Amino acid sequence: MSNMYNEKVLEVFTNPKNIGTIENPDGVGTVGNATCGDIMKMYLKIENNVIVDAKFQTFGCAAAIATSSTATEMIIGKTVEEAEKLTNADVVNSLGGLPAQKMHCSVLAEEAIREAIKDYRSKQK
Amino acid sequence: MDRIYFDHAATTPVSKNVLEKMMPYFTDMFGNAHSQHTFGRSSIKGVDLARSQVAKAINCLPNEVYFTGSGTEANNWAIKGTAWAKQSKGKHIITSAIEHPSVLNSCSWLKKQGFEVTILPVDRDGKVLLEELKKALRKDTILVSIMLANNEVGTIQPYKEIAKLVKANDSIFHVDAVQAVGSIKVDVKDIGCDLLTLSAHKFYGPKGVGALYIRNGLKIDKLIIGGGQERAMRGGTTNTPAVVGLGQAIEDAVNNLEVYSEHCMKLRDRFIERVEKEIPNVKLNGSRTDRLPNNANFSFEYIEGESILYRLDLAGIAVSSGSACSSGSLEPSHVLLAMGVDIVLGHGSIRFSFGMSNTMEQIDYAVDKLKETIDFLRKMSPLFNWKEGEIQNV
Repeated sequence: MSNMYNEKVLEVFTNPKNIGTIENPDGVGTVGNATCGDIMKMYLKIENNVIVDAKFQTFGCAAAIATSSTATEMIIGKTVEEAEKLTNADVVNSLGGLPAQKMHCSVLAEEAIREAIKDYRSKQK
Repeated sequence: MDRIYFDHAATTPVSKNVLEKMMPYFTDMFGNAHSQHTFGRSSIKGVDLARSQVAKAINCLPNEVYFTGSGTEANNWAIKGTAWAKQSKGKHIITSAIEHPSVLNSCSWLKKQGFEVTILPVDRDGKVLLEELKKALRKDTILVSIMLANNEVGTIQPYKEIAKLVKANDSIFHVDAVQAVGSIKVDVKDIGCDLLTLSAHKFYGPKGVGALYIRNGLKIDKLIIGGGQERAMRGGTTNTPAVVGLGQAIEDAVNNLEVYSEHCMKLRDRFIERVEKEIPNVKLNGSRTDRLPNNANFSFEYIEGESILYRLDLAGIAVSSGSACSSGSLEPSHVLLAMGVDIVLGHGSIRFSFGMSNTMEQIDYAVDKLKETIDFLRKMSPLFNWKEGEIQNV
């Protein structure tokens, strides 16, 4: 069973939240590349240092889509500093685990958020 | 609607008739086919019948048929057995870039043992380039192993031309016909091969049983060493029920070939026509003319195959994805890459393979669901600006 998705992952994959883009985002992060089969693009709306909205676009497998959705849900309402601390392990735990060969997808979600925050900070300066 | 199975190229269910023929060999006629008493003799009768059923189906003699535990085993045996037996003549082997892993990996294993392997390129349809084969054939080429029809894209090889070139060079020709038997006519004389692999579960027989045709007069080494089974060529107690099932399945498949072919082609052509007409940015992989009757393989731009597979599965439709996002290296199908399909497109490819139980209603329902799926995933894709219908720069 270890190479199969659990029910929770399939449920999130079936009904992903926060799909799409944000107009005039405060931060955008894109990681991965199409050649490898995974691209994640994260959009953030930030007000008073709090993430008020997060949306994603993902080209990738079921795990990539499920982790994108979960990661956006986990950071909405958090401060930038809190969101920055989100790790791939947090995302995976929230999904009840991922098959070993899919762990790299959760790393993409973590990286996409950090890239988006980096973009936000660079605009603040 | 009941679940729809469009993955017959992966495996097929055992047909009722085949199962019925197999059942007594699990219980009443359980004897070891090599025992001399009545129990054994009743088992060997079933095995003998199966051998003649296979022989009749592929147009050879019964004593040219050897049962194995799978198509993979038969491919391993054909390639390694020939290499070992003929190495005094030469150590060069030719195969193609789109072969099944059991062929490609057997060849690369032999490479480590000091053999030389040439892997032939294919054209955009997935056909072996005859000019390249001509160039590759050498005096010390002992074996050429080319599949009859590809498992992923369904392309049928120009096998007669290949056989002619191989024969003219006095090399041995092995044909992996696993995906072809039961789908198209397979006749070893017509093909002109020396060795041919088949596997029961691809044509409504049981899993775990295959066969290797070895032309009389050709001597290859054994792969599995044991007792005297299969005329001392393949050790291991004969899996009588499975062998009986293979025999019945191949006989039924050949008898039903025209009906099957016509049925599957109708479904396939309708499916291809609707997908190409109703879903933008798709590409049919494989040949439009020399194609297995039950195969359709599409690349869907801007999205990834596994997510298509899972969403279709949620809609009750079982298909297979060409991309294997599994190892972390995320390599798309070696077959599509060899055909020159763009690597990103390769990630978004899906194989649909039809069978006897499928209906036109299922085709129409599946295309409707497929449209929704592709639309949903494209709206989510950073590569696709769905409002504009254009690719975004990422």
